[in-house]
Parts: sequence; structure tokens; C-alpha cells
Amino acid sequence: MLDNAALLIKDQQLSDNHWQLIDKEQVIDLSSVADSDHIILPFAHWQENQPMVLGKANIGLWLDSDESAEPLASVCHDVPLIAINFPVFSDGRGYSYARTLRDHFAYRGEIRAIGDVLPDQMYFYQRCGFNSFLLRSDVNPETAINCLNDFSLSYQAGSDQRTPIFHQR
Amino acid sequence: MYQYDHYDRQVIKERVDQYRNQTQRFLAGEISEAEFLPLRLQNGLYVQRLAPMLRVAVPYGLYNTAQMRKLAAITRDYDKGYIHVSTRQNFQLNWPRLEDVPDILDELASVDMHAVQTSGNCIRNTTTDQYAGVAVDEIEDPRPWCELIRQWSTFHPEFALLPRKFKIAVCATEEDRAAFKFHDIGVELIHNDAGETAFNIHVGGGLGRTPVISQLIKPNLAWPHLITYLEAVLRVYNQLGRRDNKYKARIKILVKAMGAEAFAARVDQEWQFIKDNDNTLNIEAVDRVKAFFIPHDYQSVDDQVSNERLQSQRLESTAFNRWLDKNVQPHKQPGYAIVNLALKPTGIAPGDISDYQMEAIADLADRFSGGLLRNTHHQNIVLADVKKDDLFELWQCCESLAIATPNLGYLSDPICCPGGDYCALANAKSIPIAEAVQRQFDDLDYLYDLGPIDLNISGCMNACGHHHVGHIGILGVDKKGKEFYQISLGGNMSREASIGKILGPSFSSEEIPEVIQKILDVYVNKRTDEEPFIDTYRRLGIAPFKEYVYAG
Ligand code: SF4
Repeated sequence: MLDNAALLIKDQQLSDNHWQLIDKEQVIDLSSVADSDHIILPFAHWQENQPMVLGKANIGLWLDSDESAEPLASVCHDVPLIAINFPVFSDGRGYSYARTLRDHFAYRGEIRAIGDVLPDQMYFYQRCGFNSFLLRSDVNPETAINCLNDFSLSYQAGSDQRTPIFHQR
Repeated sequence: MYQYDHYDRQVIKERVDQYRNQTQRFLAGEISEAEFLPLRLQNGLYVQRLAPMLRVAVPYGLYNTAQMRKLAAITRDYDKGYIHVSTRQNFQLNWPRLEDVPDILDELASVDMHAVQTSGNCIRNTTTDQYAGVAVDEIEDPRPWCELIRQWSTFHPEFALLPRKFKIAVCATEEDRAAFKFHDIGVELIHNDAGETAFNIHVGGGLGRTPVISQLIKPNLAWPHLITYLEAVLRVYNQLGRRDNKYKARIKILVKAMGAEAFAARVDQEWQFIKDNDNTLNIEAVDRVKAFFIPHDYQSVDDQVSNERLQSQRLESTAFNRWLDKNVQPHKQPGYAIVNLALKPTGIAPGDISDYQMEAIADLADRFSGGLLRNTHHQNIVLADVKKDDLFELWQCCESLAIATPNLGYLSDPICCPGGDYCALANAKSIPIAEAVQRQFDDLDYLYDLGPIDLNISGCMNACGHHHVGHIGILGVDKKGKEFYQISLGGNMSREASIGKILGPSFSSEEIPEVIQKILDVYVNKRTDEEPFIDTYRRLGIAPFKEYVYAG
């Protein structure tokens, strides 16, 4: 399900991915994780082991679309990377999770879109606070990067730095 | 009306470029059918039974004659020379080629039009009263607020893939002509105790498979907070609305499941976070938009003299007299009137007009009504600022264009979806049903005697023809592969909103005119003096109708 060979776009550029996604079914012995390994744990797994993983620069977590960002209110600042899964691209819940993290909790770390992530949604993802995107390996990276800039203006405030048009007039 | 500036134009231009690129990648096989689907839908492009259908946005139903002429040219150059006025005040083209759509969008952009978010699971066109700005019972012009909602919801990054489509209506009048209680959000404009604009926010109304009347969750919301509050509602819905079953995905199901109070509390909690953020409206932003809706440049006319002239013109022509009574509405400006152009002549699909009619209507609007037009959710067109002194001449022009049938709001002026003739989702045809009823009931005196009756026809449960809220509703159903029709009675789309009750087992298309006749017979027999159909129904309930229709 989770494609670790996929293409990573981060901060508007094609990037190397050194984070490994861990599936929900995958059993992993956290004591054997070396400092040089970077892993993204399923949220439930992360929560169970919170005392051990919180604050570690090489352990992130991922939220599934039927979970919620709310429980992360007080702890997210000590998580280096939060990935949000799109099981199908048309499931738009993850956009609100990212906005919750950025706008309500002022989360500054990396928010990564994973799963069925499509270039044509990238402009929207970015405006909701995502700054990295794990795309299917067959996607043309140039297309994806171009899509990030589909629109140069926005009518409404988002989680990016854009000012709504009505304030610019 | 609202005028685009370079910001609006830039956004729409970028949209056309984006969609052209997407279409090219789709045709080149880089984007799959499934992935292309929401992209084209968010641009109003459906793939229908026979051809694609392109829905063009008409924000809150208002447009100008340059736009109308451009649309007429588009129907000629890219389609079959006619267009359809939809029940949500938009236009629909029935035969564009998928490959041509980027070019059509380019043409639309040249007159500041687009097809943005006219379909798909996103925030759709915000609708309002077709008489906005000129209605006598209006608290305040709702259109500036509609425009502000339009701007906020256009390419909203968070709400492009909601559980289901989302519709907002704004109502600012005594009599509700926007059916706001049947929208996902109904924004009811009020003036608070201090005389300031405020809003009652109603949530969770809708038609479709489960018709529901909305509930008030936020009374008296101060105007600066309109946008942030809407955003809070949408954010809660986006996260909690059901996505496992498309028939249970509308916000009405969520509000019912949580209870209106709990839902309101959740929204409030969300709203506290964003209440005063950058989306908060300020007086400059509102005034800027309001300035586009300043009243028409009215001439001072002696109303009494105009009325006297009309009086003598009435005597000259019964046909004019009827038209004046039925299709012309009072205007808040003395000496002026609101005119409805009737798009339901028998034998033509309700709401369809030809390119030739479109151009002629544009000429009429230029000549008689300040160059502006409005689509109504009854699928007619309104000229909102006509001098009473011009009515006779305008009527003559309408007669020659076959848009003067004096039947507005009567049985032969049905709301009717495209149905099985066009729509891939249909269970049954709806246009021939409308026509059969129009043929059976073509005696105007009889229709007037019956009084106003809303007949609403949908070809399937999606209820684009708003059958639940017709005084008489007709719904196409599929019975073992055959087209049948279920009748409901007692729906109402005004302030005393109600949802129709199903009469009983469904009928074949041939039976419909006779069944309607029987329903009307019961009404005529049982009504008290001057009692409209809906009141008789409410007094008696469905039983006597049912009994008579199904007897022997
Ligand atoms: S009600 Fe059904 S048949 Fe009619 S237009 Fe809507 S989806 Fe199509």
C-alpha cells in the first residue's frame, strides 16, 4: 500500500527521500532503530510508544484519513515530520488536518502528503500547509512542480503566506 | 453587477490554462479517467448519455447582454444552437466536445465567465432571489454578500474534495424565493436590533434522496464574521461528513446524526480558532463590492400616469392584460416593474432557448432593462428594471419571440430537470411528462381558476427538478427496467417550507395527465373560496386525494 520508492517533492523541488514509511501491519522493534534511520510510524503505533518516540528527530508519524489531528495539539511540536495519508485522492479530509496542524497548533515541521497524491491537487495541498509530497514514481516531476504554481493569486486566506485578494485591492 | 478587475481576470485566465493543460494530459493518457473526473467536474463538464454537458456558472443568476451574446455564439459555434437554464440559475450546454472545452472556456473568459465549481464535490454557485435589489419586500440587497461568498469559495484549497456537493443560498426577503431552507447552508440576512446587517445561519437542508429542512444553528451572526463562520462549518463537515456512502454524505445527514446543537457547538469550537483571521471581512471590502450593486439609473416617472396608461392598454388587449397580471411583478421603484420572460412554451424542453432567442433577449435587455438579465430557479429569465411605460412594447416583442406565455407560477410553468433525454443518471424521462401536462392543461382560464401551483419534475432521486418541494411533485423511478412516475403532494419551497408526501404506487407516463386531473378535481371540489391548492392540501391532508386517484 505505501510506496516507498515514490518520488518526493519537497519545498518545491525534487528531493531525496530518507524517510521510510511504516505500514499499519508492520511490526517494528523501536529499540533497534538507529539514529541514522528515519521512520514514519502509523499514528496508533506512535501513540502507544509516545514516551519513547516523542522528541526524536528521526521518528515521525502518519495520520490516516479516518483519524484526526486534534490529539496532536500539544505534542506535534516535538514531531519532526507528520505525514497525512490520502487512501484515495478524492478523500479530502487530509486538507483539513493539515490546516488544523498549521493554523490551530502552529506546527512548523514538515507536513507530507502520502498515498494517492496527484499533481493536480498539489496547489491545494500546498495552500493547506503541506510542504512535501510523495508522488507515484510514474509521475513527471516537472508537471508536479508546475502544478504547485497553477494560480498566482488567491481569493481566500490559507495556511500559506498569501493574503486574500480582497485585502490587496 | 459585479465587474471583474485584473485580479479576477487573472484567476480565470490561469484556470483556463490549467484546464487546457489537464485536458491535453488526459487526452495523451497521462491522467486516468478516474483522476480526470473531478478535474473536469470542477469545471462543470459531465459526460452524459449522448454527449458531454458543460455547465456555465452564472453567479447568483445575474449576467449582462455581452455575456448572453457570447453564449449565443458559443451555442452556434460549438453546440447545437440552444442552451438550457438550469434550476440553479446556471446555463447548460448539451453538446460540446470534450476536446473543445478549453476553447469554450477561453471564449467564456473573454466576457468574464467560467464554469468553475459548477459540479463536483465542492462549493457550488451561491444562489439568491431572482428579484434581488428590486424586490419590494427586501431587507437589503443580498448580492454583495453572494459575491463575497463566491470569491471566498472559488478555488478554496481545503474544500475541493468534500464528501459531497455543497450549496449555499442567501435570502434577504420576507417571502423566500431562494429556497434557503433546502440548501446545505441557508444564509438569512436580517437587520439586528442596532439596525446592522447580520445573518441567521441555517444548516443541513437539502433535497435528493432524503429531503430535509435546514436548522438554525447560528442566529444573529455579525457580518464581519460571515466568511470565517462558513469556513468553520465547512471544516467540520469536511472532516466528519460521511464518505462511505454517497447517499449519506451530504451535510444534512451529519447534522441529523450529531444533532443540530452538538453540530453547532463543534462549529463554534472550530470558529474560535479562526474567528478574526485574515478572512474576516472589513467595511472597505464590503463597500467595494456593494458599490457594484448600486441601483439602476432610474428616471423619475409619474407612477400614477404610468398606471393609467397601463390600464387603458389592458383594455385594448386581453393577452397583454393577462401577461401583465401573471408575468410582471411589482418593483420597489415607482414607475418600474419586474418582467419574467417565460421559457416554457409547450413542446420545448422547459428552460431551453435558441441562439436566436438569446440574442433577441439580449437586445430587449439592452433596450428595456439596463443591459442586465437574471436566470431564475424556475428556469425563466427576468428583466428586472423595466419602465412601466415600456411594458406594452416589451410584451409585443416577447409575443413574437414566444416568451410571453402568461403562466408564471401556474401548472403549465413546471420546474423540470433534463431527465432521461439527456442525463446519464436518470431513471426516467422528465421533459415529455412536462409536455404532456402542458398539452392537457392548456386552457388559461382553467389554469387561472386553479391558481398558483408549483409542478416540479425530476428524472431521478437526485432531485434536480426539486420534486419534493413542488405542490405537486413528479419523480421518475425505475420499475423492472420500465419508466414509472411517483407523485407527491404538499411540498412547498417558500418560508412555510414543507416536503411533499408520496401519494401512493407509481404510474406510467400515459397515466400522468389523468392522475393530475383527478388531483385537481379533488382540490376544486373541496376548496373554500380563494383557497390556494397548497392550503387545501394542508387542511385536508393527503387522504382524499389518495382515495380518489386510486379508486377503482
Ligand atoms: S434529477 Fe436525475 S435525471 Fe434529472 S437532471 Fe438530476 S440527475 Fe439527471
